[in-house]
Amino acid sequence: MKLATRMRKLALAVSAVSALSVSAAVQAADTIKVGILHSLSGTMAISETTLKDTMLMLIEEQNKKGGLLGKKLEPVVVDPASDWPLFAEKTRELISKDGVDAIFGCWTSVSRKSVLPVVEELKVPLFYPVQYEGEESSKYVYYTGAAPNQQAIPAVDYLMDQGVKRWVLAGTDYVYPRTTNKILEAYLKGKGVAADDIMINYTPFGHSDWQSIVADIKKFGAAGKKTAVVSTINGDANVPFYKELGNQGVTADAIPVVAFSVGEEELSGIDTKPLVGHLAAWNYFMSVDAEVNEEFIEAWQKFIKSEDRVTNDPMEAHYIGFNMWIEAVKKAGTTDPEAVSDAIVGVTVPNLSGGVSAMMPNHHITKPVLIGEIQEDGQFEIVWQTSGLVAGDAWSDFLPGSKDLIASWRAPLSCGNYNVKTAKCSGQNY
Amino acid sequence: MKFLSVLILCLLIMPVHAAKVETGDPQVDAVFEALIGSNFAEKASALKQLAASDHPQRFELIEGIFDGRLRLHKKSKRLVWAEKQGRKYLATDALSGEQLGEFKKRKLKKVSINNKLRGVIKGIIATRDLDSEDPALRLKSVQAMLANPSPDQVDTLIPRLEKETDPQVRSAMQLVLSLANLGADDPSERLKAVDGVSDSLESAVRQKLGEMAVSDPDVTVKKAAASALRKIEDRVDLFGHIETLFFGLSLGSVLVLAAIGLAITFGVMGVINMAHGELIMLGAYTTYLIQQLMPESAGLSLLLSIPAAFMVSGLVGIGIERGVIRFLYGRPLETLLATFGISLILQQLVRTLVSPQNVPVSNPEFMSGFLQINSVLSLTYNRLYIILFCMLVFVALFMILKRTRLGLQVRAVSQNRAMARAMGVHSSRVDALTFGLGSGIAGVAGVALSQLTNVGPNLGQAYIVDSFMVVVFGGVGNLWGTLVGGLSLGIANKFMEPWAGAVMAKILILVIVILFIQKRPRGLFPQKGRAAEG
Repeated sequence: MKLATRMRKLALAVSAVSALSVSAAVQAADTIKVGILHSLSGTMAISETTLKDTMLMLIEEQNKKGGLLGKKLEPVVVDPASDWPLFAEKTRELISKDGVDAIFGCWTSVSRKSVLPVVEELKVPLFYPVQYEGEESSKYVYYTGAAPNQQAIPAVDYLMDQGVKRWVLAGTDYVYPRTTNKILEAYLKGKGVAADDIMINYTPFGHSDWQSIVADIKKFGAAGKKTAVVSTINGDANVPFYKELGNQGVTADAIPVVAFSVGEEELSGIDTKPLVGHLAAWNYFMSVDAEVNEEFIEAWQKFIKSEDRVTNDPMEAHYIGFNMWIEAVKKAGTTDPEAVSDAIVGVTVPNLSGGVSAMMPNHHITKPVLIGEIQEDGQFEIVWQTSGLVAGDAWSDFLPGSKDLIASWRAPLSCGNYNVKTAKCSGQNY
Repeated sequence: MKFLSVLILCLLIMPVHAAKVETGDPQVDAVFEALIGSNFAEKASALKQLAASDHPQRFELIEGIFDGRLRLHKKSKRLVWAEKQGRKYLATDALSGEQLGEFKKRKLKKVSINNKLRGVIKGIIATRDLDSEDPALRLKSVQAMLANPSPDQVDTLIPRLEKETDPQVRSAMQLVLSLANLGADDPSERLKAVDGVSDSLESAVRQKLGEMAVSDPDVTVKKAAASALRKIEDRVDLFGHIETLFFGLSLGSVLVLAAIGLAITFGVMGVINMAHGELIMLGAYTTYLIQQLMPESAGLSLLLSIPAAFMVSGLVGIGIERGVIRFLYGRPLETLLATFGISLILQQLVRTLVSPQNVPVSNPEFMSGFLQINSVLSLTYNRLYIILFCMLVFVALFMILKRTRLGLQVRAVSQNRAMARAMGVHSSRVDALTFGLGSGIAGVAGVALSQLTNVGPNLGQAYIVDSFMVVVFGGVGNLWGTLVGGLSLGIANKFMEPWAGAVMAKILILVIVILFIQKRPRGLFPQKGRAAEG
């Protein structure tokens, strides 16, 4: 080829590429990217996939209202596949490669603990929508799910009122059930329950052979005192667990099981007839009678194009967290995480049960506590609720190591674990 | 503004408490006003009131509250039976039988009950069943009394005992009366009662005897209670062991089903097939797909899935053998790597074509529930059927290998390939068919597993290690070895689980297998034959 023609071709190529990249850059500057970090495969997909869809719906609705700060919101979805180290890798990818300004994600505490060092290093906020064990408060994490005092403790109080004297604490073997059971054991013993009346049991993720454990629960419950099971079992291990309960005839009026990680979504795949009466403790149920809830359910079922899809508590937590982030960004005028962190404390948005939710200085929110019983159609009938809102307490009052700790990210404290007795901030955030 | 003032006027004129229930029957109205409310204590007393009344439909209504069929039609304030029809409910007046039409769920309010109220209702139904015509219902209600003993049961039972004709119900009633007599004032009465309950395994009996063995004032009675309790506890322990044995057999049969296909392919051809777990997974997905095709008959779809899964996995297996493994004979490491790659491909194929999430496979009616042997031993039906199924599969495979021509050829090729070929056996065709047979059995194992565990793309990963462990432990290529090895590992796992926990028990099993292999590297029942590899 002649040099001139070659030069001309090269010049054409270069200008084309630069035109494209300029337009791409202009495009990129025109959107605010939001990362969605939920397992879409593996043992936790049963719970997390619907949260990805919820975020897509919320972003679409916000864009219809005009976006944020004049720009459109762009969702960036990744699949960390229930693989905890992959959660950390994907977070780094979302922040460094995709340039997201906020991440909505995680379910298991082990996934959150993997992501924590990354968001603290790269300083991008994570909105975490799931109930957890507490004992943590990070500047860059907003805990829109329940802390133990907003779920576990009220549930145990309710069961005690119902006359339960013996307790089985059954959980999946990782940090959330282990820590929650530590808190509950201390709480129960503080209320006078003997160590013989508490049975604790752990199983791996995805455990499917529940025969012996359910038989042990039956035996434990046959000692003459009313027995209940407090379940922190997570993921799809719940399906064979509940099936085995049904098959071995463990009915709720004999030995009630209260679960903290089982909601409408996890029940939508199983036959709930033998499970009627078993309980769950959450801060929201799809059956809550409020107009704002009916509107949300309608909008959700229209978005997902199916009348059979359900709503649940972590979806409400994303709804609250997302709206709080939007409010904070509008207040601060920028998506910069430091500015958002200053602006978001005190932001109050409506929740889906007809009330409101406020962001506290410890990065937890205020929520009502509801206890529901499983019905035949997989919905929950609310049998008890708190009269007002409960503020999330990051550091449990029932564990000796955390009794004296508080968290507050407002100046002048700006500390996740401040010891009120020694007046020192220990500085270690995770 | 005008509308607002009219509204306020209306609200002032209206009575403070509008009646919510107007069925036409004042007795029912009064009771259901409380039941529709939100105070659970009031509901409990309203239920007891209704049960104690003489209203002819009282038990029908109470049962309707229990199963949720009885609802309040908010608009007309009548109680209706609600039958689900698609997305709506067909409402029939509960007291008059008049058809009211179809309504959406929101228009019909359920009577909300909690667990305590369910217990109250169960007690009411049990008391009614005490006089039922059906002896099975009478027996159930007396057994419910044993579970919740209370002093007033004596007065309820004594007149009925005289009229009772059914022997089972009589002995159950006598047991309840003996249990009550354990608290009698006269020591000789108590002694008689201890004798009367000494055959029972009920926990209420054990509890009472336990209290008496410690604190009874009369020495003879105390000793009698202690020895009766000891005998009962020995029997309870025995049944506990039988139950653990059952659990072990069911876990073992799952292991055997998963491993037996591998025993054949590994045994005959020495091929390490890392895609074996995915062949199991394909069988489980075949069950799901067939269930989607016939959603109303879960039992029939399950039976049809067995040959279908055999075909599907068998054909995939033959495909793998002809397409990949055939070229890698004599190179075990390459085969391992290649089949591992195939397993990843199969997993991703399922994720893309079906869904990355688990798919729901429902259990047919005959596989739910349990068989009650006595008050401490109950066997779940699904596990019983799996154990039976495993035995059937084993026998079928055994017959194929021992009685058919293909089986003869398979055994010949696995013992001495060169000699078999010299005898005219087409060894490469036998290889393909053997691989197909082993893979087909894996598919059938997938059908069984779909009834016990979640069906997802990762199903195979959970069973591949277990399958290899059973095959290595039992002896490569030996069916009996796989059976004995699998069942004994399952039983050992279940006996260790109560004191070591699920995770630790699994670890201990693996350690035991490793130590066993050190002593006997060829497994429990190694292959015999002059040219068989040592």
